[in-house]
Amino acid sequence: MGIYKRLSISQKQIVWAWGLLAIPIVFYVVVRFYPTANAILLSFQEWNLLGSRNWTGFDNYVKLFSDPTFWKVFGNTFLYLILGTPSSLLLAFVIAFHLDKLRFMHGTIRALYFLPFMTSAVAMAWVWRWFYQPVPIGVFNNTLATFGIPQIPFLNSTTFALPSILAPAIWAGLGFQVIIFMAGLRAIPQTYYEAARIDGISAWETLTEITIPLLKPTIVFLVVFSSIGFLRIFDQVFNMTTNDPGGPLNSTKPLVLMIYDTAFNSFDMGYAAAQTVVLFTVLLVVSLLQLRVMRDK
Amino acid sequence: MAFSDTLNTSKSASSLRSSARRKRSQAQFIRWLLLFAGGIAMIMPIIFMLSTSFKYPFEVYNLNLIPEEPTIENYTYVLEDGRFFGWFTNSLFIATITTICNVLFDSLVGYVLCKYTFPGRYIIFIAILSTLMIPTEMLVIPWYLMSSTFGWLDTYWGIMFPGLMTAFGTFLMKQFFETVPDDFLEAARIDGLNELQIWWTVAMPLVRPALAALAIFVFLGNWTAFIWPLIVTNSQEMYTLPVGLTTFSVEAQVEWELIMTGAAISTIPTLIVFLVFQRYIIRGVVMAGLKG
Repeated sequence: MGIYKRLSISQKQIVWAWGLLAIPIVFYVVVRFYPTANAILLSFQEWNLLGSRNWTGFDNYVKLFSDPTFWKVFGNTFLYLILGTPSSLLLAFVIAFHLDKLRFMHGTIRALYFLPFMTSAVAMAWVWRWFYQPVPIGVFNNTLATFGIPQIPFLNSTTFALPSILAPAIWAGLGFQVIIFMAGLRAIPQTYYEAARIDGISAWETLTEITIPLLKPTIVFLVVFSSIGFLRIFDQVFNMTTNDPGGPLNSTKPLVLMIYDTAFNSFDMGYAAAQTVVLFTVLLVVSLLQLRVMRDK
Repeated sequence: MAFSDTLNTSKSASSLRSSARRKRSQAQFIRWLLLFAGGIAMIMPIIFMLSTSFKYPFEVYNLNLIPEEPTIENYTYVLEDGRFFGWFTNSLFIATITTICNVLFDSLVGYVLCKYTFPGRYIIFIAILSTLMIPTEMLVIPWYLMSSTFGWLDTYWGIMFPGLMTAFGTFLMKQFFETVPDDFLEAARIDGLNELQIWWTVAMPLVRPALAALAIFVFLGNWTAFIWPLIVTNSQEMYTLPVGLTTFSVEAQVEWELIMTGAAISTIPTLIVFLVFQRYIIRGVVMAGLKG
């Protein structure tokens, strides 16, 4: 205590800062950095949880890149991203753009769009799974049948299953994107629009020349945020295909499900770790592309 | 002649203007109608889930939203099963403790990184921020190994420990502490408060909206968290609500009214939270989205 009293104010600050940060630093080292290093290390080893960890060099990666299932899964993961991100962003923008111009019941309608964001992905995966069932169970096929339209084998077809699983993911995230887009729209100074009106610029040109360029930071943020979400899709796939995880014929299996299977059903820990390193690299590239785009503005 | 001319033009101009206004209000009405219809469509899955949870099996395949013979039998069945109550309390406990920890630690770390000057500050900030890049999925295997070494598998601690602090929360809080004037803290220091007291009694109350936003995000995230609880739990008593719901639904197979009841039980709490705190939540989402 005596030593502490003799310290200068800035020295006391240093003592306090490190003292307060001690527990968090331990946490981040033990629960974030050490496991990251361990995952990378494990990706160069072979281990089935029971025996010893054997060094195998790049074997896991060689095996992974020559595994046709991996490329199928890798393709699926990107399909989730390529179908999910543009469609959800476009929808969200259209909704936000028009909702922004609305006064009557603005809050209520906004709440309707946002409500799905508050639901649990697992619970809603089961609701949607029920919707997709064939006649006479599922809501969608029942509706189609009422209008005499042929049935769609949503979750049982290799072509329809992936978009069918993607739909609830888009649905749940839409409200968040709408809210962020509206905040972005509000941040655009009204004077730009007044100037455009005085110059007699058409509504379409106002949209493409003023609104969208000024929304660029918002768009970039949402693209990255939702891309990362779609690349990590798991809950919906796991719950909508419990009788054949990632099926039919691996047509819906994303990378995270492959990781889960490899690690916790086959106990091939090294191989699974190599898959997580690939996922990490993909996410890192997406995030770095964002930084690049942001800097270009 | 000249007089009537001006009269005519002004008349046609005003009728033009009013027709333009009518057109605009028509456009507004169509816009409202479409957005409203879209909004109703958005909540249809939730409505169907709730409606079916009050139906008898024979009525499940009807598309009517209001059950002809409403029943709470599904709920009594699910609750008599007993497991749901356990899963519900597990989820509530885990989400609550994790939220408290995040609110305390993330704001403390954010505060220190924002308001103190000390050697190593920048490195620590960058180090914490960089963990945002590490996906949970990469860490689940090492966490599992860690948990099995220390005997944390199938325990509350095992489920909770990875989420007790988040870089997202730390960064969010740091951003908000920037808005707290240093003079306030200096004044408190002169008044003889120690550093912890200054943080807790002066700085924290000033960032309450941010704390609320953080709390909502962390709670929702942990309430719906799936992959880690699925991995770390073995016994049904330790399951969280999402993991329990998966097990329950796989067992129930084609009894969709029971599955919808289980889904409703895990969704209703967050829906109620949203309806009560709607304005704060939406403001919080915007703050977290734009600053975080």
